[in-house]
Amino acid sequence: MRKAYVAGLAAGISFIAMGAAQAVEIEYWQYVFDSRVQAMDQLIEKFEAANPDITVKQTTFPYADYQTRVVAAKVAGQGPDVVQLFYGWTDQFVNGGLIQPLDPAVFPHAEIEADFFPIVSAMKRGEDYYGLPTAVRSLALFYNKALLDEAGVQPPNTLDELLAVAEATTKRDGSGNITTAGITMDMAGQDHHWWREVLIRQNGGVPYDAEGNVAYNDAAGAAALKFYTDLQTEKNVGLVGFMDEGQAAFRAGMAAMTIDGTFRLGAFAGNPFEWGVVELPADANGMRSNYSSYFANGIGATSTGEELVAAQKFLQYISSPEAMEIWLNTVGELPARRDVALTEANLADPIRGPFLKGLEYAQTTQFYDEAAQRQTAIDMVNRVLLEGQSIEDSIAQAAAAEQAIIDQGRQ
Amino acid sequence: MASANALPQTGPVRFWDRLNISTKRVIWAWAFLAVPIIFYAGIRFYPTFQAFWLSLTNWDLLRPAQFIGFANYQKMFADPVFWKVFQNTFLYLIIGTPVSLVVSFVIAYYLDRVKLMHGFIRALYFLPFLTTAAAMGWVWRWFYQPVPIGVINGFLSSFGIPQQPFLRSVDQALFSILIPAIWAGLGFQIIIFMAGLRAIPNTFYEAAKIDGLGDWAILRKITIPLLKPTTVFLVVFSSIGFLRIFDQVYNMTSNDPGGPLNSTKPLVLMIYQTAFSSYQMGYAAAQTVVLFTILLIVSLLQLYVLREKK
Repeated sequence: MRKAYVAGLAAGISFIAMGAAQAVEIEYWQYVFDSRVQAMDQLIEKFEAANPDITVKQTTFPYADYQTRVVAAKVAGQGPDVVQLFYGWTDQFVNGGLIQPLDPAVFPHAEIEADFFPIVSAMKRGEDYYGLPTAVRSLALFYNKALLDEAGVQPPNTLDELLAVAEATTKRDGSGNITTAGITMDMAGQDHHWWREVLIRQNGGVPYDAEGNVAYNDAAGAAALKFYTDLQTEKNVGLVGFMDEGQAAFRAGMAAMTIDGTFRLGAFAGNPFEWGVVELPADANGMRSNYSSYFANGIGATSTGEELVAAQKFLQYISSPEAMEIWLNTVGELPARRDVALTEANLADPIRGPFLKGLEYAQTTQFYDEAAQRQTAIDMVNRVLLEGQSIEDSIAQAAAAEQAIIDQGRQ
Repeated sequence: MASANALPQTGPVRFWDRLNISTKRVIWAWAFLAVPIIFYAGIRFYPTFQAFWLSLTNWDLLRPAQFIGFANYQKMFADPVFWKVFQNTFLYLIIGTPVSLVVSFVIAYYLDRVKLMHGFIRALYFLPFLTTAAAMGWVWRWFYQPVPIGVINGFLSSFGIPQQPFLRSVDQALFSILIPAIWAGLGFQIIIFMAGLRAIPNTFYEAAKIDGLGDWAILRKITIPLLKPTTVFLVVFSSIGFLRIFDQVYNMTSNDPGGPLNSTKPLVLMIYQTAFSSYQMGYAAAQTVVLFTILLIVSLLQLYVLREKK
C-alpha cells in the first residue's frame, strides 16, 4: 500500500519535472504602476500565445524599494531574467553586475541605431548596449485655454512670446501678490531639465562637455539661470512654491502655463477646464531643445542557457512595434521606435504631436545620482531667490557641487 | 536560549533532580529571560555594532563593502552641509524642548484648577498628539502657503501686513516647522504634568497657606521642586524626540526635503537621504554613529541630573 503511494508520488514528480523541461519560465520585473502592469500583462499574454514553450512571470515592487530589491536579489543569486530600469541607473546596474550586455547577434547595433530614437545611446557603455526602451517620455508646455482666451493671447511659440503670454495671464491682488501665475516655477519638478537641456543650449552653451563633466559655469549657463529667476524677480509672473507645486497650481486652474512631461497626461486628463499642449518654446533663432527620459528593459546578469534565449526573445518582443503600440494605448507613453512614433496620425494628434516633435531634437542627461543632481539645481535657484546671491556665484557653486557628485559616481 | 532551555529537558534526570528549588527557579527565570534578551541582541545590538563597522566602509549596496578607515568621518566633518544640519538639529532641541515644556507646564498648571469642562479641554489639548505627524505636516504646509490659498498669509494680507514666506525662507522655515512639532507634543506633556501636579500631597499646600505663602512662592518653593522627577522625564523624552525629528520636516518640505538650502534639515533626514536616495550606506552609517553619540551623551547627562537629586 505504502509502496504504491511512494511510486505514485515519484511518478508525479517526474511528470512535473518533464513538464518543466519542456517549458522555460522566465521572470520579468518592474515597479508597481497600474497601467504599466496592465500593459505588461497584455504583452505577456500575446508573447506566450506566440511562444507556447515559454512562460513569463511578472513580479512587481513598489517604486521606492525597487532598486533595493533588484540588488538584494542579485546578492541572493535569484535575479530576474528581464528587468526594467531607468536609463539613469544604467551605471549603477552595470557596475553592480546586475545586468548583462545585449548580444549583438540578437540585437544588431546598426538596427538599434537606425530604428530607435537617438536617445537610446544612453543605454550604451563602451561597445555594448545594456537595454532597450519600450516607451520614451519628453517635455512640452501645457497651457490653460480658458486663461489664455480670457487674456486674449495665443499659446507661445518662442521664449519672448512665453514672457508676453505669462505677463498677460498673471493676476495679482492689491498688494502685488500673485493670485494666478502666468507660468509655474518648480525646480523640483521638470524645470531643472528645462534649464539644463533647453535654456542653456538656447543661450549658446552646453550643460556637460564630451566627457560628461559640468560645462554650464559660463555666460550661457548664467544667462539661462537669469532667464529663469527673472520670471519671479523681474517679471513677477511666477513664484516658486506657489500652490506648493507647479503641477498642483496648473491642475487647480491657478496657473496659465506649466512645463511637464508625457507622464503627467493621465493626471491632467481630469482637469475641469480645457487645456492644450505646445512644443517647448524656441529661442529667437528658432532653435529648440527638449529633455527625454525612459525606462529600458535589460537582461539580468544571472540569466543563462535556455532562460537567456527565452529572455532575449521576450526582450525582442517587448521592444517590437506591436508592443509599443499596446504600450502607447495603455500607458500613454510614446513609442521608442521612430517609425512607430512618427506616424501621421500621431503627429497630427494635438496632445501627442508636440511631445513627439520634441523627441526628434531631445537630449538625454547622463545622470549619476538624479536626486542629488536635481538638488544642486534647486539650491542654485534658491540661493538667488532667497539669499540674494549673484547669478554668477550661484552657478559656480552649483557647478562645483554637481561635479563632485559626478566624480563620486564615477568611482 | 537553546542551551539554557535544553538543560532541564535533555540533561540527565538525576542532575535536574539534584538541584534545589531556588537554583531551578533561577534556571527557569533565565530560560524565559533569554527570549527577550536574544531577541533584543539580535535586532538591536547586532545591527548597532554592524553600523559601527559599516561606517568604516564604502558600502553602496551594489558592490561589496571595502574598509576605508575614517574616510567617511573626514568627509563628514569637512562637509559644510553636515555642520549646517548639526546646527539645525540642536536648534530643534534647544528651542523645542524648553518652549514645549514651559508652555505645557503653564497650561497644565491652570488646567489643573479648571473644574468646568475639565475633561473636554484636556481632550482638546491631547487630540493633536493622536494625529499622524504626516497628516498634520501637510495641513500646516498648506496653512503656510502664500495667497490665495494660505490661511495665515490670507489673514495677514487682510490686515495689510505683507505676506510672509514661512517655509520658503531660510530664516523662517525652521521655526515654521518647529511650531506644529511643539504643538503636536503638547497634549502628552500636559497629561504627564497634570499627573505630576496631582501627585503632590495637598497637605503641603495647606501648610504653606497657613504659613501665609503667596501663590508665586508656593509655585516656586513647593510645586516646581516636587515636580522635578516629572520634569526630568519630560526633558529626556522631548529632547530625544526633537533630536530625532523627521516626520514633520519631511512632510512639510517633501519637494525639497530639508530645504530651502538645508535650512530645516535635521540629522535623521540627512541620514535617510544619504542611505536611501544616494545609496551611500557607509557614509550614512557614519552619520548614524554621530547621531547615536549625541543621543547617548544627552541621555547620560540627563540621567546624571536625575541621579543627583536622590
